[in-house]
This record gives sequence, C-alpha cells and structure tokens, in this order.
Amino acid sequence: MTERDLPPTLAQIRDDFLELELQTRLQLLLEFANELPELPETYREHPDLLEKVEECQSPVYLFVEVGDDRVVHLYATAPRESPTTRGFASILVQGLSGLTVEEVLAVPDDYPQMLGLAQAVSPLRVRGMSGMLGRTKRQVTVKAAALS
Amino acid sequence: MSVDRDPSPEFAQYAHPERLVSGDWLEANLGAPSLVVVESDEDVLLYETGHIPGAVKIDWHTDLNDPVERDYVQGEAFARLLGSKGIARDATVVIYGDKNNWWAAYALWVFTLFGHEDVRLLDGGRDKWIADGRAITTEASTPTPVEYPVVERDDSVIRAFKEDVLAHFGKPLIDVRSPEEYSGERTEIPGYPTENALRPGHIPSAASVPWARAAAPDATFKRREELEGIYLGDAGLKEGDDVIAYCRIGERSSHTWFVLTHLLGFENVRNYDGSWTEWGSAVRVPIALGSEPGEAPRR
Repeated sequence: MTERDLPPTLAQIRDDFLELELQTRLQLLLEFANELPELPETYREHPDLLEKVEECQSPVYLFVEVGDDRVVHLYATAPRESPTTRGFASILVQGLSGLTVEEVLAVPDDYPQMLGLAQAVSPLRVRGMSGMLGRTKRQVTVKAAALS
Repeated sequence: MSVDRDPSPEFAQYAHPERLVSGDWLEANLGAPSLVVVESDEDVLLYETGHIPGAVKIDWHTDLNDPVERDYVQGEAFARLLGSKGIARDATVVIYGDKNNWWAAYALWVFTLFGHEDVRLLDGGRDKWIADGRAITTEASTPTPVEYPVVERDDSVIRAFKEDVLAHFGKPLIDVRSPEEYSGERTEIPGYPTENALRPGHIPSAASVPWARAAAPDATFKRREELEGIYLGDAGLKEGDDVIAYCRIGERSSHTWFVLTHLLGFENVRNYDGSWTEWGSAVRVPIALGSEPGEAPRR
C-alpha cells in the first residue's frame, strides 16, 4: 500500500495534525483524548475481554470486533490520567472503525510516525501508539480467521 | 529571593526539610512573586487536562533531554527554557507531578545539575493535591519571561556515568527497579517495554530496593524512621557512604536520589542515568542474575 492509499479517515487525521503548529498538535491530541468513547456496556462489565497493550507506558486495553460483513470495530479504554495514551487510542478508534479486515491489515505499521508528533510528544511515546496498532492488527487477523 | 520554607512539623524529621512543601503551604503561597510552581509528568498532556493555578509545565522528554544526543540539554537551552517559564535564578521552584512525583524528582535532579539552588517537591505530588480537593485549572499559565543565566551543567557531583560505576565497585549500589527486572526475569517494567536492554539482570553487588518502598500509599514520602529501616537496615547503607543509584533510564532512581540526599542526608549520592538501558546493552560489563546481589568484581 502506498501512502496515498491510506483509508480516508486516517489520511484526514494525518492531514489535520500536519497542518498545525507543533504546540497546537498537542491540543488536537488532547481533543482526541477527550473524544475517546466510553466502552459499550458489555465490555465495561467484562474487562477480562479486553487485551492490555504492553507497549504503552500507561495501561490501555483494546478490543476488536469483526462482523460477518468483515467490518472492524475497535474499542479501547485508558485512564483519564493518561491523556496521551487516550489520544492515541482515540485516533485508532476513529480511524479504523468501519474499515474492512483487509483495509485495517493494509494500514502501514508506521502510520503513528506520519502524524508529526515525534517532536511534540517524543519518539518514545509515539512508539506506544505503534504498539496499539500492532495489537489491533493481530486481533483483527485472529478474529477474521475465526470467521472463515 | 526565595520564599520561606514550609515549617510543617512533619518535615522536621528529615535531613533537609526545606526541600519539601505541603499542599497547605503551597496553597497559602500561590502567587508569591518569587515562587514558580512546575508540573512535570510522565504523560505529556496531563498538565493540559488541569494543573495547579499558575503552574508551568516542564516535560522530561521534550524540554530536559537533548533532542539529538542521549544527554540533558546544555546550559543555553536550559537558560532559554527556565527564562521562558518565568523562573529566575534565585526563584523558589516547587515541582510536582504524577506517579508519586517520579518525574518531578527527575526534573528536580536535572535542576540540581545546573545548580539551581532553591528547588523543592510538593509532598504527595499531583495525585494528593487533587485528592485533597485543592484547586486545579485548565487555564493556560502566562508566565512573564525573565533572563536566566547560562550556567554550565555540572555532571561531576550528583551524576554517574558507566565508567564511574565501574570504578565504584566495592562501594554501595542501589538498584531501584522491580524485583523481576533485578533478577533478570525481564528487562523492562510492566507496561514500559519500549525502552529495552539487550541483556537482563543487575549490576553485581547492587542492593535491590524498589523505589516505591520510599512512598506511602498517598504518594507522600514515608517517615524518616521507616526510610532508615529500608536503606540503612535492609540495604545496609552506612552514614557517610558514597552511593550510586540506578534504574532503567534514571527517573525512578532520581526519586531514590532525592530520598537519600534530602530526606536521609547522604552527601555523596549519584544517579546513574544511563542505568539499565545502557548497562544491559554495553559490551563487556559484568552482570549478575538472580535475586542475590552477587560479588563486586575485583579490579
């Protein structure tokens, strides 16, 4: 997949970040953090269904659903005290949900590096988001395999 | 000009009570002209979600570390940073942060490398301030920039490098990481695997004293008596000892450095900030595995 083939949602998020000054990129990340949707009730009551992402500095839990139509839905939760982690999770939730299995798996692994956040939040922290993307793809692979 | 110290009796037990302030003291002194409050967190966005009114933010990655080399910023960048935050050389700086003041202690240690004299920690940090129901705001602080002099960083007194550790064998080392990292079962702390080392284990002869043993459940520091039990009793440090503390990248060991230096009064404590991410990846340095300290190599 070449960069211009990024799914439109992810491309839009990338462009939104890149057109901002460095400091304002942090503000946008904070807006994403605040927009992270609450978990659906099923997962709130069953935290055991969520997978912990070990690559992140703060605890973040992910859960992927793949429908019969092979459309992916991603759910994530992270504490209010970890807004950066919440922001990363929210970007993925907004950018990946509704894509097909094939589209999610084709997202470049270095998408987190395309957002221009390395300087604003540090490369180390951006790696946490790469971890989340990797976990998401792995869950998608496993769950798509279970469908067929 | 500095602000009077916090006279709270609970700090009098420590070797340097002037290094701590309580929430009551800070609340009463907010707005004092020579006081600057600094928030320093692990999470780069946490400050933006709410901070102590008037506090400025200093980030350990993006502000205190050099963007290219693995080192702290030099004097010019430090002067620019502090000047832009409205911190004068003679200002009283009170630092607080998340996670039991880990990063706050780290920032305090870096301020000390530059010889900033009056720098203190808010006991209990951000969590306790909020738990006590004190004011926080999302309103951006607008410090008036001041001139901060360009001061050369002094790495010779409180900072240790790998070569210093090699030359230190025979004297006490404190490993403040988790027991699993110390024994070599894992190279990173749970949830932090992004900063790895190639080999697990610990520096031979280092005593294992996880940093969190110094913290009470409300994120304040434990009483001196308890701290003495841990560091003098369990870890076997003796008054006057020359000590080097390390962790993974030097942040948790800054917390321990603060405890040993300012609360217990050790005068020769250095923080090895290269820590396990350097030692565990370095060529031909001794490593011990398991839960026993192991012998210091003979030199």
